[in-house]
Amino acid sequence: MTSELDIFVGNTTLIDEDVYRLWLDGYSVSDAVALRVRSGILEQTGATAAVLQSDTMDHYRTFHMLERLLHAPPKLLHQLIFQIPPSRQALLIERWGYYAFDEAFVREVLGKKLSKGTKKDLDDISTKTGITLKSCRRQFDNFKRVFKVVEEMRGSLVDNIQQHFLLSDRLARDYAAIVFFANNRFETGKKKLQYLSFGDFAFCAELMIQNWTLGAVDSQVDDMDVDLDKEFLQDLKELKMLVADKDLLDLHKSLVCTALRGKLGVFSEMEANFKNLSRGLVNVAAKLTHNKDVRDLFVDLVEKFVEPCRSDHWPLNDVRLFLNQYSASVHSLDGFRHQALWDRYMGTLRGCLLRLYHD
Amino acid sequence: MPGKLKVKIVAGRHLPVMDRASDLTDAFVEVKFGNTTFKTDVYLKSLNPQWNSEWFKFEVDDEDLQDEPLQITVLDHDTYSANDAIGKVYIDIDPLLYSEAATVISGWFPIYDTIHGIRGEINVVVKVDLFNDLNRFRQSSCGVKFFCTTSIPKCYRAVIIHGFVEELVVNEDPEYQWIDRIRTPRASNEARQRLISLMSGELQRKIGLKVLEMRGNAVVGYLQCFDLEGESGLVVRAIGTACTLDKLSSPAAFLPACNSPSKEMKESPLVHPPSHGCRSTHNSPIHTATGSRLTQNFSVSVPTLIYTGMGSGSAGKEGGPFKALLRQQTQSALEQREFPFFTLTAFPPGFLVHVGGVVSARSVKLLDRIHNPAFVGIMGNTRSYKLLDWNSFNSDEPETRDAWWAEIRQEIKSHAKALGCHAVVGYSESTSICEEVCILSASGTAAVLNPRFLQDGTVEGCLEQRLEENLPAGCGFCHIPYDELNMPFPAHLTYCYNCRKQKVPDVLFTTIDLPIDATVIGKGCLIQARLCRLKKKAQAEANATAISNLLPFMEYEVHTQLMNKLKLKGMNALFGLRIQITVGENMLMGLASATGVYLAALPTPGGIQIAGKTPNDGSYEQHISHMQKKINDTIAKNKELYEINPPEVSEEIIGSPIPEPRQRSRLLRSQSESSDEVTELDLSHGKKDAFVLEIDDTDAMEDVHSLLTDVPPPSGFYSCNTEIMPGINNWTSEIQMFTSVRVIRLSSLNLTNQALNKNFNDLCENLLKSLYFKLRSMIPCCLCHVNFTVSLPEDELIQVTVTAVAITFDKNQALQTTKTHVEKSLQRASTDNEELLQFPLELCSDSLPSHPFPPAKEHLESASSNSGIPAAQRDRCSSWIELIKLKAQTIRRGSIKTTVTVEKASPMGEGNFRNRSAPPCANSTVGVVKMTPLSFIPGAKITKYLGIINMFFIRETTSLREEGGVSGFLHAFIAEVFAMVRAHVAALGGNAVVSYIMKQCVFMENPNKNQAQCLINVSGDAVVFVRESELEVVSTQQPTANCQPSCTGGEVTT
Repeated sequence: MTSELDIFVGNTTLIDEDVYRLWLDGYSVSDAVALRVRSGILEQTGATAAVLQSDTMDHYRTFHMLERLLHAPPKLLHQLIFQIPPSRQALLIERWGYYAFDEAFVREVLGKKLSKGTKKDLDDISTKTGITLKSCRRQFDNFKRVFKVVEEMRGSLVDNIQQHFLLSDRLARDYAAIVFFANNRFETGKKKLQYLSFGDFAFCAELMIQNWTLGAVDSQVDDMDVDLDKEFLQDLKELKMLVADKDLLDLHKSLVCTALRGKLGVFSEMEANFKNLSRGLVNVAAKLTHNKDVRDLFVDLVEKFVEPCRSDHWPLNDVRLFLNQYSASVHSLDGFRHQALWDRYMGTLRGCLLRLYHD
Repeated sequence: MPGKLKVKIVAGRHLPVMDRASDLTDAFVEVKFGNTTFKTDVYLKSLNPQWNSEWFKFEVDDEDLQDEPLQITVLDHDTYSANDAIGKVYIDIDPLLYSEAATVISGWFPIYDTIHGIRGEINVVVKVDLFNDLNRFRQSSCGVKFFCTTSIPKCYRAVIIHGFVEELVVNEDPEYQWIDRIRTPRASNEARQRLISLMSGELQRKIGLKVLEMRGNAVVGYLQCFDLEGESGLVVRAIGTACTLDKLSSPAAFLPACNSPSKEMKESPLVHPPSHGCRSTHNSPIHTATGSRLTQNFSVSVPTLIYTGMGSGSAGKEGGPFKALLRQQTQSALEQREFPFFTLTAFPPGFLVHVGGVVSARSVKLLDRIHNPAFVGIMGNTRSYKLLDWNSFNSDEPETRDAWWAEIRQEIKSHAKALGCHAVVGYSESTSICEEVCILSASGTAAVLNPRFLQDGTVEGCLEQRLEENLPAGCGFCHIPYDELNMPFPAHLTYCYNCRKQKVPDVLFTTIDLPIDATVIGKGCLIQARLCRLKKKAQAEANATAISNLLPFMEYEVHTQLMNKLKLKGMNALFGLRIQITVGENMLMGLASATGVYLAALPTPGGIQIAGKTPNDGSYEQHISHMQKKINDTIAKNKELYEINPPEVSEEIIGSPIPEPRQRSRLLRSQSESSDEVTELDLSHGKKDAFVLEIDDTDAMEDVHSLLTDVPPPSGFYSCNTEIMPGINNWTSEIQMFTSVRVIRLSSLNLTNQALNKNFNDLCENLLKSLYFKLRSMIPCCLCHVNFTVSLPEDELIQVTVTAVAITFDKNQALQTTKTHVEKSLQRASTDNEELLQFPLELCSDSLPSHPFPPAKEHLESASSNSGIPAAQRDRCSSWIELIKLKAQTIRRGSIKTTVTVEKASPMGEGNFRNRSAPPCANSTVGVVKMTPLSFIPGAKITKYLGIINMFFIRETTSLREEGGVSGFLHAFIAEVFAMVRAHVAALGGNAVVSYIMKQCVFMENPNKNQAQCLINVSGDAVVFVRESELEVVSTQQPTANCQPSCTGGEVTT
């Protein structure tokens, strides 16, 4: 006796959270059944393995049919085929995670081009992270899909993502970061950047979107939140005089030192390193005209600022005091005319650096 | 020219990409009704076209309005080649033809293609302006309402129940026409869909005409079926019960709705409650049907069984003369009718007087192939021209099929007479077709009815009075209608355990629902008998003869199995019995489902005794006694599980003249020992209710084993195939309707009856197990209206389809209600019919002291100004944002409303009740259409019936593997069917389908060719319901109306 056909269709589509997760994680039906057996469900419910197999198959079939709709969540709301209460729809998309992603996975692809080439690397990523290939593919395709949809859209990136994918604010922000990184191709994979989490990058991305993109100055442009404001990057060259002009550099240093004397545990180290640090920060700004250097932004920040401070064991609070004072003191430099530019640059950079400064 | 149909095509969305080059579609729409077609403009390059068309107007006869569906076709415009069809929508406009139903059909409909399934949606608005007197043209029957519900619909009152109406129409099946060889599968499927739609429209109209002739205004329990007879044609037939219904004026003034039908009766103005009880039945003599008169058709009438009760003892004198009088009256009312049949399964209070037992008849027919089309208008009237469109002249006259059914009905009628009954209730008909053999079956419950409802008022007066005095509450229907001195079969009678006055049988089988006030002890459960019999492959007459020879044995065995299983459960009555016999190439399958209960009026069932034939073998005896022990244990366990503890007290009080029935007695036919003194004693009382199983061969062993292998549902689950589960009435509003289909392939080698039985049994049991597992999150829950259908699509395939609804109930309250139930029945027995008084009494005693009313009032006032979101608004919600906003609103308002509910509820409940009142407000679902096979929605009140939904779909694929194999294909199709039903209901302005039934699910596959085809036919009643919690606000404003119902309402309120 073999089962040729075995289906269950509810008026309200039944969705088992656990099976959904297994499916998202890319397990095959038989693996999913094995995992469910291991979870002790048979003992709890008195069901047989055959029942579990049939149930799992059924859910997988439903998910497979739902997947097409999950690719465009607003369709899920309007479609008539599956009756899913609104609260459940939200769970499918977000909390149980069709659009959820693994931290380990996103760190691997963050800043990479979301192209076929990268997709080919998914095998390696899967091996490296232990995430099933299917799940990697889903996550990658999600990134790519979101990217494609919002890439050339007007208006706020986060709002667009929320509207087209019905994600929560939190998740939409994460996706905005992913899109932003993919678009600007920031390097995140270097060894010295390994200590940074996705959260660190997402935090920086948000600051950069808010302050460094076209959208920061004009909210009516295409791509406003995705591309950096080219003019602004061009202008950043002007900051170079802060380190090139020796008087200005000295004056800047003395202003900072005066203000921080006695307040910093690492005052002497700071004093000794001031010029190096300042050169590092200003040079990063001046180089941002080249795409290649934009990509290396985070590498540069870590090399030029985070690592030197860390090797001198600056406490985070000292870093904060220093950066505040460092940015603020520029306002007192009479010979320097690009205050607004400086603030736009340093305001964001200060936030990023503080976030990046940890072990 | 009595009607103008107006159609507007608004927009489309999610259309498929038809032009690969642009990834877009140039869509336009054709709107067709009858022979008139309109077109919209082409909306270029969009997957979400906005046509916003003018109103397309069709001026048509009301006859056409009834018969024809509105056909909307969405196409992709193509400049150079033929336009490609995207898909179609058929809209039945019948609901717009009754005055009280829907006034407009407006909404998003899935665009359906028989090859690709649903491809986007289209927004359509349809209206009808009717001119003139609707009934002036007798060809049309506009205005007659149809209900699938097999009881009097909730917001109506039955003035008269006229009786049986039936009709059938026959046509050639387009799939078998010569033209099918040259047209595409899509064209052929669409031809079939359209033809069936046309035929059902016509059938409905004709039935409507009959109803008008009987001076009724509605058909209740309308059941329409298709017989796909293959080359010999397509039969669409329908039966129903004609009624005159009155709309209850202001339903809101009555109680907040009830979940359990039992409340409904309080709303009904009829005074006295029906009795419960049961009459049972048993196997018995076989009535052989009269020989066939049919000339050209081979026909075998199969002996049929009447299941009735058995009993013995002397007659109760009291009932005698009265009974005779009653009988006379009813008889005269019924005799005017050719068939005194009723498709209803639940009745207005007082309607059902006695129940005799199940009557059924089957007949095996050979479908003939006549290839010389007689030029007879198929429908035998002027309208046959329509069918000429299909190039079909009917190959068969409907008279032949009519005669077949008439013959069967005649037989049913005579069976009922034999049981001393004039009427048959819970009547249904079905067919099973395999190649050219067709089994026609009919079954129902013989009953004696109260004539009051059957004719125009006038009658009763004194009779009615006496009726009420004489009918003991809750057991009257169990009392035997036949004369015990002249019983139609050997039966075993005792005095009613409830009233002690009348005779009752020891077991009662019926096809109806449990009467609402029947006194039941404990809970009920689903009982199934399953059986397979191999049959030689044969042709024509030989085949038919073989089948008809097998049938009586199958009936007998099915009956025995049912009886054994019933006893094993410690119960004494079956309701909702449905026996389905399915014929295949090389086997017959029998599947009987029913809900077992313990009726307080009937005697306690005896146990099951096992007897061996070969007593000399020691180990064998040991084995037998081991089995016996197992059986006894099972019975004890079941009694506990289903809470069957008949009250012994009452017996003592009344001083029963009948011996203590709880001990087992037995009848020894073979020399089995296992002596047991008690047994002997009982024997001396002359009581013989024991059931002896003789184990004399392996077959019998099998039977015993199979008895013991039925596993009870996991704890927290109950199941029944009736509307409600006896013993549970505290339903919450959480329901889940589902359809599950399984097909197994038998290994063809060495199939034996035993192996077959085992396979079939496992199939059903596993299916149930899977259901329990899937629905485990709903525990505690009950599967209601579990409906199994078996078919044998091919030689080695068995297909089982189950549709049912799972309803969650409140466990804590269950305990309480059992108590109150008994209380209530006691009260009912003592007090008479003034129920209105009775409830306030209960109310006070229970709870008034702790929860005084005044505080509630204040809240109520504040709440009423804030009343909830109107249903309409909810339905229309289309965007996510709206949803969110609305939800926020609901929650805000909910907080106030919740308080109200709690306060309101408190008078009748305990603390636990409070916890439950919050969820419904919070969950109040948006845009959801509920579907249920039941006639009610738990926790809600049906405020309006919008019309019947009757849809037929065909789906075909030539890329089966790509669609996920047979499972993927059928899963998607059933989901699509649900979606289309919901869309139609929503477009009518409804939010639920009740009495939903999947009448047919014919699945055929050809994996080698990568093809499959499936036909599905579903029906139900579209309704608008309002949650009880929303209604309560209204009801409290009328303190008089509210105080009495709230007691019952409360139990159910969620």
